[in-house]
Amino acid sequence: MPTQLGETDVVIVGMGAAGGVAAYPLAEAGLNVVGLEAGTWLDQRDFAPDEIRNNYRDWPMLVKKTELERPTSRATSATTATRVGSHPMMNAVGGTTLHYWAQSWRLNPWDFSVVTETARRYGASRIPAGSTVEDWPFGYDELEPYYDRVEREVGISGQAGNVRGDIDLRGNRFEGPRQREFPMPPLRWTAFHDRMAAAARTLGWGPFPGPAAVNSEAYDNRPGCGYHGFCNKGGCPVNAKNATHITTIPRAVDTGNLKVVTRAHVTTLEVGSDGRVSGVNYVVGGNEYFQPARVVLVASYTYENVRLLLLSKSRAYPDGLSNNHGQVGRHYFSHYTGGGVGALFPYDLKAWYGLPAQGVAVDDWADDNFDHSDYDFIGGGNLWVMSDRRPISAAGMNTYGRSRNWGSSWKRFIRENSDRSHGSYIQKTTLPYEDNYLDLDPQVTDPLGFPVIRITGRYMDNERAIGAFTQDRMEEWYREAGAVEVNRGGLGNAMGASTHAYGGTRMGDDAETNVADRWGFSHEAPNLGVLGASVMGTSGAHNPTLTSQALAWRTAEHLVDNWGDIAE
Amino acid sequence: MTLPPKDPRPAISRRDLLKTAGAAGAAALIPDAVGAVTEEAPALAPLLAGPMTNLTASETEILSAMVDRLIPTDELGSGALDAGVLQYIDRALSEAESDAAEAYRSGLAALDQYSRYSRGGPFIDLSTVDQDSALIDVQIGAATGAGAGFVGSSASFFNMVKSHTWQGMFGDPKYGGNVDFAGWDLINYPGIRLAVSPEDQRSLEADQLERARRSAYDFGLFE
Repeated sequence: MPTQLGETDVVIVGMGAAGGVAAYPLAEAGLNVVGLEAGTWLDQRDFAPDEIRNNYRDWPMLVKKTELERPTSRATSATTATRVGSHPMMNAVGGTTLHYWAQSWRLNPWDFSVVTETARRYGASRIPAGSTVEDWPFGYDELEPYYDRVEREVGISGQAGNVRGDIDLRGNRFEGPRQREFPMPPLRWTAFHDRMAAAARTLGWGPFPGPAAVNSEAYDNRPGCGYHGFCNKGGCPVNAKNATHITTIPRAVDTGNLKVVTRAHVTTLEVGSDGRVSGVNYVVGGNEYFQPARVVLVASYTYENVRLLLLSKSRAYPDGLSNNHGQVGRHYFSHYTGGGVGALFPYDLKAWYGLPAQGVAVDDWADDNFDHSDYDFIGGGNLWVMSDRRPISAAGMNTYGRSRNWGSSWKRFIRENSDRSHGSYIQKTTLPYEDNYLDLDPQVTDPLGFPVIRITGRYMDNERAIGAFTQDRMEEWYREAGAVEVNRGGLGNAMGASTHAYGGTRMGDDAETNVADRWGFSHEAPNLGVLGASVMGTSGAHNPTLTSQALAWRTAEHLVDNWGDIAE
Repeated sequence: MTLPPKDPRPAISRRDLLKTAGAAGAAALIPDAVGAVTEEAPALAPLLAGPMTNLTASETEILSAMVDRLIPTDELGSGALDAGVLQYIDRALSEAESDAAEAYRSGLAALDQYSRYSRGGPFIDLSTVDQDSALIDVQIGAATGAGAGFVGSSASFFNMVKSHTWQGMFGDPKYGGNVDFAGWDLINYPGIRLAVSPEDQRSLEADQLERARRSAYDFGLFE
């Protein structure tokens, strides 16, 4: 029998990007919050700029829960799923915000109303066949105050492009109106960024620096970024990357109302005869505990949120918690970031010191920022030219057919070209489809014997058309800046596991097609909330973290304001 | 890159030394032999570090010959052997890459088998031209099957060794490779810095930033 703990007001499963933000407004409002986290606290001493440890050995000091629960993956239900090679997320207080790229975008207003806006501008027939996309239950304006709040609480640097309707061409002219400037100026540019920005302007595009959860100057008693070059899958040795373990979580702990339990491996949620969630079962070092709570918020990653609900079967929910409408796991998609473009330049980029969140963005070809009348797709891609170079990966660069990739001829090639390559990052509008979903794998289990998640998903014609189109734009841009070789990645179609995984517990007003309501609470179990990108119904062309954090804050605030109704 | 001083004593070929190291264990190499190395073979210092922990003498000999072709010592300077790639791999097989021990065992045996079958001799006795062409077969998967005994595609063995070789050559020296920062010097990496000021970046862009040759763990800040 598990040890019965005393009841708490709120349990949050997962102290990462979303749960780590939601804990703060809840604790500040005086609610007693227990944060269950599979990983441990890590700090600057754990964040050596060591490419072998960070990028090849996957942080050996971590609790490896995600690794032991790697999903299986297949392109369609007609094929057999195989285990993915590694899990893209990590376990720690702060979650993957410890080592993520920290690009912190707002979604574009179009992303909230793809169905309505597409029908209005091009006709309803332009929604891709088989897509289950819906408008969000609210628009950009509803989320704006939460974006604003999180940008300040977490700490985001960037250049505004639209402050209350005033367009500033130094920023993104296509962004939705923001109520004020970013709390910090953007990260600096290098000479190569300047050169790429000039090339974009020559093409008639509007280049601008991207937003980052990285201090561009001292903020919140922590220093500005050191540009050391190991940010990609690396923790920050000077605490300039605004992961939740050094921002909202310690502030929540300081209220005295948040208790973080580390190494807590949550297995299932319990449900009472009234259909309400009664608490959470978890294991620490082989010991089982039951934590009763009046409200439970699941805030693990998309795969784990869906898995926990599907594993939590009860009389009230025989097919899994909040799944009486068969929607848990549906409307799943991962952001299409494949089909990249690489380039070789005849000059050094001087890119050794920098980070993936530092760079030049172009949004002219994202979302519905251009007329799609003559194209066979909707949506588009954000073109992102960043700094991201480390010795091992640099030495492993594409040789563009100019040399074998080893031997003496390669040594001559790499000596000249190690700092002359660039790989763009292009995030593309990705939609949910009827045929793409998550469920429990019928065969593969984790070490405790629980099934892992099975991903069934592939990118469809709309995504592939965006991929080909944005590759053309990216090649144009590279050539304008003097690239002598350009290489295009294949437009592969299997989704696999991703750091940008959306849906599975989609948010919407219709309980027939959505798990969560417009506030992020279950349509079926009223005291169950869901945090993270698993509630998002569209991806836009930008990273999901800031949006999932703004949504988390909004769900937490709704819970505080309606505590009596939700908690009874 | 400065080559070792020439020595008037009779030269021992690089291949002989590799074979000696393999047959009797690297520890059997007497210091005198070092001075006898010709210009062709300045790469043996790492072998003197002692016998490998995870690799047998014969595996060491085949792997030495392989990584020496992947990143040779040449007019551009140090190669994989100088940089301690063998030591890096041997140590990794006790630590993070322990799951790969069997893949090395079977892969190195298969490489040797494939060399005998397709090129008429053990890998270490092939000319460098034949070694390279055999390795190309292995890299592109063409050595798969053919009775050589690669588990799965020969390409996966090649890619594993190449990946570890690059880690040992270009990774932090803490792990036993990148001796004397040979890898970082080859690619002109300006070195690990925790804070790069705008002035530092401008100096780098003007080719005036001094190279920082240090391990991440030399800062004394990290565990």
